[in-house]
Order: sequence, then structure tokens, then C-alpha cells
Amino acid sequence: MLKLTQWLWGLGLLDSAWAALTMGALDLELSFPCQEVLWPLPAYLLVSAGCYALGIVGYSVATFHDCEDAVRELQSQILEAQADLTRNGLCF
Amino acid sequence: MVKNTGCSSRGPGFNSVPTWQLTTICNSSSKGSSDLLASKNTKHTCGIQTSIYIKSKISSTGASRGGAASPRPPQGRSSRQDKYSVLLPTYNEHENLPLIMWLLVKSFSESAINYEIIIIDDGSPDGTREVAEQLEKIYGSDRILLRPREKKLGLGTAYIHGIKHATGNYVIIMDADLSHHPKFIPEFIRKQKEGNFDIVSGTRYKGNGGVYGWDLKRKIISRGANFITQILLRPGASDLTGSFKLYRKEVLQKLIEKCVSKGYVFQMEMIVRARQLNYTIGEVPISFVDRVYGESKLGGNEIVSFLKGLLTLFATT
Repeated sequence: MLKLTQWLWGLGLLDSAWAALTMGALDLELSFPCQEVLWPLPAYLLVSAGCYALGIVGYSVATFHDCEDAVRELQSQILEAQADLTRNGLCF
Repeated sequence: MVKNTGCSSRGPGFNSVPTWQLTTICNSSSKGSSDLLASKNTKHTCGIQTSIYIKSKISSTGASRGGAASPRPPQGRSSRQDKYSVLLPTYNEHENLPLIMWLLVKSFSESAINYEIIIIDDGSPDGTREVAEQLEKIYGSDRILLRPREKKLGLGTAYIHGIKHATGNYVIIMDADLSHHPKFIPEFIRKQKEGNFDIVSGTRYKGNGGVYGWDLKRKIISRGANFITQILLRPGASDLTGSFKLYRKEVLQKLIEKCVSKGYVFQMEMIVRARQLNYTIGEVPISFVDRVYGESKLGGNEIVSFLKGLLTLFATT
């Protein structure tokens, strides 16, 4: 199944479940606090997902490894390589 | 006659069946626990017939495993038989090419790996081809293969062109601008042997992989894009746009045939298609030095084309 199809199915399922519960289509006698929570649930989940995403991206940017030693090593190896290659007859 | 046929053909796992299993089947009709090798000397026709039966049985089970899972060569293959071809597409790299070549030769010789380096120059106007010819004289034409092209034709076709001339059974793709350090290649090889992976990818986002030369904005864009990609595509690999990878030669061939996109998205599509075809992917943290001198820039155009490519992959795979 395509990823897009998976997403559409998943979202469709959740949406229809939420709609069924809020419209009372299943004839369930839900208590008032339950209904109060259910109504804004999609918006709440969307906002939470957004915050979660921001949190993850922020954390991973903060812990993004900066390879200082790699650069130093590379720079010294470049000098070594240039010396070695000139010795072997390469014209830069 | 039961023989360990060469591992070059990715046929059914005939040679992965241990010998004792074969002898047990043969035991029912042959004498004692003598193995099939001994039966050859005694002209035991039953042994030969049984071996043919076993071979066909295993072939049929191999085929019946279905097209989705690709059979892998067994792990016990001697590493002396492995040859690693490095594909280096170059364009205007006359300064970096000698340096990357020196580093490659150093890494390979230090780890006693059998290798060859294929330079695919797309008609660079700055003299990259001449430099490559000098390097070929220094290092030998059995190690350095020059396979240039007339003009800039794109990365996918460069790989196809390179694979045609590659004599190794593993192919390594990397950038020639010193952003990928060849010292990681022995680690790729080790990782590949460890898990018998079809693909080993260098990752900048996991373990102690990292980047040098990126400012905060670039890092945010990079991590943000990676996050969206992971959510939408769930690819099973942490770094999709990286181009420092080790492939089995036939795996790379198969994937290039299937891929249609260009640029960043080409690399992403390779991994996504590899997942679809049930190839295994291993990861090794690498350090990515984006320009030793100066700054790296990421344009708005690239971001837009990345998003377009990502959505296309999302909708079509």
C-alpha cells in the first residue's frame, strides 16, 4: 500500500470514529465531561503533534554533532597528501 | 557431485546448506555416514542422484520463497575474493581529486583491501581529466580507471556508466569534494560483513555522525527535512539524502534501473526503493565536512525541489 493511502486510511478511520462519537450516531450515552473532551480532541491532537515535532527538531538541532577534529585531521592530511604527491611527480 | 559453487551468482542458498544435512538425506540409501565426497570415489550412483535431488529441492524452495525477499550470498565467503570498486563522478575537481585519491589509496592499503577507483569525469573544463591521467600514472592503471564522458549528464547515468566498467563485486559511491572521508570505507566494509547487508549507508544524524561547516539555519533545515521525511516515508534509515554508501553491485544496478528522480531526491528514492525490494540496510556514523574552507549555502530552489520530490515519493511508493 502506498504511504499516502496508509495515511488517508488512518486519518479517515480516526475521523469517522470521532464523528460517530460526537454526533451520537452509535447511540452511546456518554457523560457530559466525556463529550466536552471529545469535541475539541482533533484540534488538541494537532497542536500536540506540532509541539512534539518542534521539540524533536529542536532537540536534534541542539545535539547535532560538530566535527571539529575531523576538519583538523583533514587539513593536516591535505598537507601531507600535497607533499607526497609532489614527490611522486604530480603537477598541481 | 556436491560442490560449493561460486558465490558470484545470487542463486538459491544451495551453498548455505551445511554438508551434514546433505549426508543425512543420503544416509538412507548409502552406506554409513560417509559423505557425498567419499561417494564419488566409490562410484555410488545413489549419492550422485541424491545430490541432484537435493539441489533441485533447494532450488525449488529458493524460488518458492517468493520474489519479495532477495536471496543473499552466504556470509562465509572469503574476504580475499571481495573487490571494492569506488565510483567517483567528478566535475571541476582538479584541486580535490589528487587529495581524495591519496586518501582513498591510503585507507585501502592500510586495511589491505582489494580495490579499484573509477573516475567518471563529465568533461570538466578545468583540467580534471589531465590530473586524473597523472594520477593513473602514479598509482597504476589496475587501481585507477578513467572512464570519462563528454559532458555533464547527471549522477544516475554516471553510476550506470561506472558500474559497466566495475570489476568489483561491491560498489562504493561517494563525493569527490572531500566532504566524505575515505577512512570510513573500512568501517562500511566491516559493517557489511557483520550483518551481511545489501547496502551500508553513512549517516550524519545517528551515533557520533555529524557535520562541520553548517550554520544554525542550515542545521534546522536539515533536521526539519529529515524529520518530515521520517514521518512521511518511514524509511528505516536515518540519513536519506547522504551519498556515501556501499552497495552490492547487483543491488545498485537494480535500484538505478528503478529510480526516476534527480538530485537529492535520487538518493532518497534509492533508499525507499531498496526498502520496497526488501534489501537490508546497515548504517555507519560518518563525519561530513561541508567545505574545508568557506561557507556552504542551501538555496530556496533546492528546498522546493526537495519537498516536491518528497511528496512525489510519498504519493507513489
